[in-house]
Amino acid sequence: MGNAFRNKDGKYIDYTQILRFTFDGKIYQGYKGDTLASALLANGVHLLGRSFKYHRPRGIVAAGADEPNALVTVQRDHARTTPNVKATQVELYEGLIAESQNRWPNLRFDVGALNTLISNFIPAGFYYKTFMWPRQAWGKFYEPFIRGVAGLGVAPTEADPDRYSQRFAHCDVLVVGAGRAGLAAAMEAAEKGLRVLICDEQNMFGGSLLSNADVQSTESLLQTMEKLHQYSKVTCLKRTIAFGYFPHNMIGLCERLTEHLPNPAKGDVRERLWQVRARHVILATGALERPLVFPGNDRPGVMLAGAARTYLNRYGVLPGKNIACVVGHDNGYLAALELQQAGATIAVIADVRTKPVGRYIEQARQAGLPIRSGMTVTGTGGYRRVRNISVAPIVNGNIDASDTIRCDTVLMTGGYTPSVHLFSQSRGKLEWKSEQNAYIPSQSTENLSSVGSAAGLAGNDRGVIGALPMTNKSTAFVDWQNDVTVKDIDLATREGFHSIEHIKRYTTSGMATDQGKTSNINTLGIVSNILQKPVPEIGLTTFRMPYTPVSFGIFAGFARGDLFDPVRTTPMHSWAIEQNAVFEDVSLWKRARYFPRNSESMNEAVARECLAVRASCGLFDASTLGKIEVVGPDAAEFLNRMYINAWSKLTVGKCRYGVLCREDGFVMDDGVVGRLATDRFHLTTTTGGAARVLAMMEDYLQTEWQDLQVWLTSTTEQWAVIAVQGPRARDIIAPLISGIDISAHAFPHMSIGEGTIHGITMRLMRVSFTGELGYEINVPADHGRAIWEAIYEAGQAHGITPYGTEAMHVLRAEKGYVIIGQETDGTATPDDVGLSWAIGKAKPDYVGKRALIRQAMQAPTRKQLVGLLTLDDQVVLEEGAQICATAANTPPMQLIGHVTSSYYSATLGRSIALAMVAGGRTCYGKTLYVLMPSAAIPVTLTAPVFYDEKGEQVNG
Amino acid sequence: MADISEAPHTERYIFRGGEKACAEADMAFGMNLPREACHAKVTGERAALWLGPDEWLLLGNGFNVQLTALPYSQVDVSHRQIGIQLKGNHAADMLNIGCPLDLDDAIFTTGMCTRTVFGKAEIILWRQDVQTFHIEVWRSFGDYVRGLLAIAQKEYM
Repeated sequence: MGNAFRNKDGKYIDYTQILRFTFDGKIYQGYKGDTLASALLANGVHLLGRSFKYHRPRGIVAAGADEPNALVTVQRDHARTTPNVKATQVELYEGLIAESQNRWPNLRFDVGALNTLISNFIPAGFYYKTFMWPRQAWGKFYEPFIRGVAGLGVAPTEADPDRYSQRFAHCDVLVVGAGRAGLAAAMEAAEKGLRVLICDEQNMFGGSLLSNADVQSTESLLQTMEKLHQYSKVTCLKRTIAFGYFPHNMIGLCERLTEHLPNPAKGDVRERLWQVRARHVILATGALERPLVFPGNDRPGVMLAGAARTYLNRYGVLPGKNIACVVGHDNGYLAALELQQAGATIAVIADVRTKPVGRYIEQARQAGLPIRSGMTVTGTGGYRRVRNISVAPIVNGNIDASDTIRCDTVLMTGGYTPSVHLFSQSRGKLEWKSEQNAYIPSQSTENLSSVGSAAGLAGNDRGVIGALPMTNKSTAFVDWQNDVTVKDIDLATREGFHSIEHIKRYTTSGMATDQGKTSNINTLGIVSNILQKPVPEIGLTTFRMPYTPVSFGIFAGFARGDLFDPVRTTPMHSWAIEQNAVFEDVSLWKRARYFPRNSESMNEAVARECLAVRASCGLFDASTLGKIEVVGPDAAEFLNRMYINAWSKLTVGKCRYGVLCREDGFVMDDGVVGRLATDRFHLTTTTGGAARVLAMMEDYLQTEWQDLQVWLTSTTEQWAVIAVQGPRARDIIAPLISGIDISAHAFPHMSIGEGTIHGITMRLMRVSFTGELGYEINVPADHGRAIWEAIYEAGQAHGITPYGTEAMHVLRAEKGYVIIGQETDGTATPDDVGLSWAIGKAKPDYVGKRALIRQAMQAPTRKQLVGLLTLDDQVVLEEGAQICATAANTPPMQLIGHVTSSYYSATLGRSIALAMVAGGRTCYGKTLYVLMPSAAIPVTLTAPVFYDEKGEQVNG
Repeated sequence: MADISEAPHTERYIFRGGEKACAEADMAFGMNLPREACHAKVTGERAALWLGPDEWLLLGNGFNVQLTALPYSQVDVSHRQIGIQLKGNHAADMLNIGCPLDLDDAIFTTGMCTRTVFGKAEIILWRQDVQTFHIEVWRSFGDYVRGLLAIAQKEYM
């Protein structure tokens, strides 16, 4: 099948390169330079899809981003399938495969078209009215049904194999749109030596110049491009859509790099997100042609007049051979003239205006075109393609007898609407100009200017808006993409929706990916006419980003696979891998969770590791703990103000467990702080809290306490931290250490000192998160693994056992030590979690003190940290389970607490749990019930310490 | 595209203190700490990078000296971070795949330095000449930064 509707005058078609493609399985030919839409039109194919709601046959209306109908699926393979792309924006390549959408079993015979027959029963607001009752039907029937019919196209079934990239860019001037005005603006900025970035959504620059028949347009474009390319500070981005306008002149661009290639190489970047910060933005986004609203205006073959000029002049394609034109703007005559020149017959020019005058009208008269003015359209005929049009004169405001004229194409134009989407996104104010029938950019909050037709329309041809006079409103479409007719808008206003915001949501006009490009102004015109109110009083909806859809891929960018997030590992990580450790994610860190031997399960490994720590010694990588060096003469005073604890009396060489609250009095972080000198502290935080603790402390120092002479430096990653915990810990490390006497009396629990281990500088802390005699050895990170191995080696004779975070959790729970974020949830005071002993009560102030004084913060009914022992000692509770005072398992019941930590303790041979229970500390010995789906589990409330209640082991 | 290489190991300190301590440090270190925001100063093999009104990153040997008169803070961070060198064509463009700053050489001029981000990692970026950047990053973020730079190389092959 040849290109029956193709001539040889397409200015941007390469006739030497024939491209073969398929649409709905059928093979067609096009040329290099075609879009899918132009190539199909050249082959006489107008039927491209079925409409969203009524499944009406639909064709091509426009020639660019404003196309509301011709949505197709372009498929390379199962992973690379893109639904809902506009045929007018798909560049043709050899072997392109496109499919129509929203039809079954096929495009020509579509069962869904039955909806047209019942269209009277699915009016605007149908869903709101119908799916209200009975309530039970919602989940079972209505929701699945609506999900079934919602949306167009089918998502790809496999993971996206393409790469997406991102760039930040800065420029003095960003020009959006490379038509006549945009190119002139870019040229002027370039001549001033500015950094210019100019982008256009099309595959070549030129905008509306590309659609002109005259030779001058082409030549001036070529000259401009040549000059522009000579400036090194000018970046030209074609196939690049400016989809969003963000605050402070940050513009999001999406550059499509491989979409037009027949066989993109594996690993090629498919799309690129540009985040451009521009000193000045120039919006040269042009204007969109406005359709006319008349009955049957959605039949395949009904097209915008300007689009027809584009197809003819740019692509060498005639949309038809016998053409009727319905015009409300002089450019309609230009289209008719050019098409006649190209060999088409003009069946009629029906001007909806009464006395049209102008240059093109005069030319059309001279060319003998059949012009009728003061007309309206009463309908069109044909099913899959328009076959005729009925036009009727308006006499004294009434529709007179109509006249049916045969045609294969109907061109329509209502004039132009400035494309103000980006301007509106920038939160700029729009102003209605009735002499232009257009909203144009007014005040802006950004440093931007609009130029060309995006700024307003030249001349005095304002075209027409709203609907033509008509009686049959149910097939007069305003919004093709969302299947909204004049009748729907009529109904909405009769039902009381008078604000455009309400009408939009009730009728769905101007929604979805189309964002009202063709429909907005006509909707306003219709409502204005019905309510007899001027357009500005109806209001204007917000233009949402994106201007046209962009892929999720560009937002993900490089953040996939190994680079999804930074994977932080410790200096001993490689050793843990060699020992077959199983890791868990703790914030961005990978931490060894347990070290299974042979075929051990997690529970078996954890039990073995726990028993080893209690019996002899364990080795634990604590490097991820946050560390901050606090230095300066006011260091102790600073800590006094930050922590709930008192620090002034902490002597050099000693450590203290510190608790940090937020201003609201709730526990935020904790950790051991050691005093290295009168003016130097080594502070530790939780792994996940390191960054926010440092940020909060810096914030206080910089904004509240500039009187203090103290400075903070993060040392988290300076030190590798090796915890050696258990009764044999001292025996193991003593031979390796010099410079510190670590005997029990010289270096008791909660000591800190500096010395060397295995010849390497070391900060040694005698601390314990296990309840056993323990040390944390800090060495410069590069030496972490070597020292770890030296200790492991030295500990062999004592049965030293590496243990992971899971054993660490069990060991600390046996001792009732809290974990921030596990026992606490951002609403626990120090007293709630049994830490009121840490409060320096004599201190005048500390962060959170004033909040803690409030009565509610001291209420005896607050949830308090307790221990739980199940009556069946082998049952391990579920963390997060709710606790009730009675066994009754039917709602409503009062929930008085929840389980925060729960483990099987190998040391005790039974399960243990920590919980937060209202007023729990006064109820030790009482039986409560932990609610589970199966049954309520009885538990006994106890103090939150299960092992070595007297705390003798740590002093060993 | 620019080459990526590991900078040789060096001593590193964070020096923090007021203007007077800073003046004493100039004497003790035998080089003036830069006072201009976001600028680095190089003396021989040593460099001082301005990170904040009271904060400098010192790179190189010979900084480990005690000041006497005034309060200040000096903390050894030699092992906290690593240095990565980026040298060659498109070095700035490669950084801009993940760094939102304007790295035009007329804006972020040679000798300037700043804390910023590269993708999801915080870095210190120092322009040593038009096509050479020195990146300081905490050691556990090193793999991530190198991984992202390798992708940037592909972008500018």
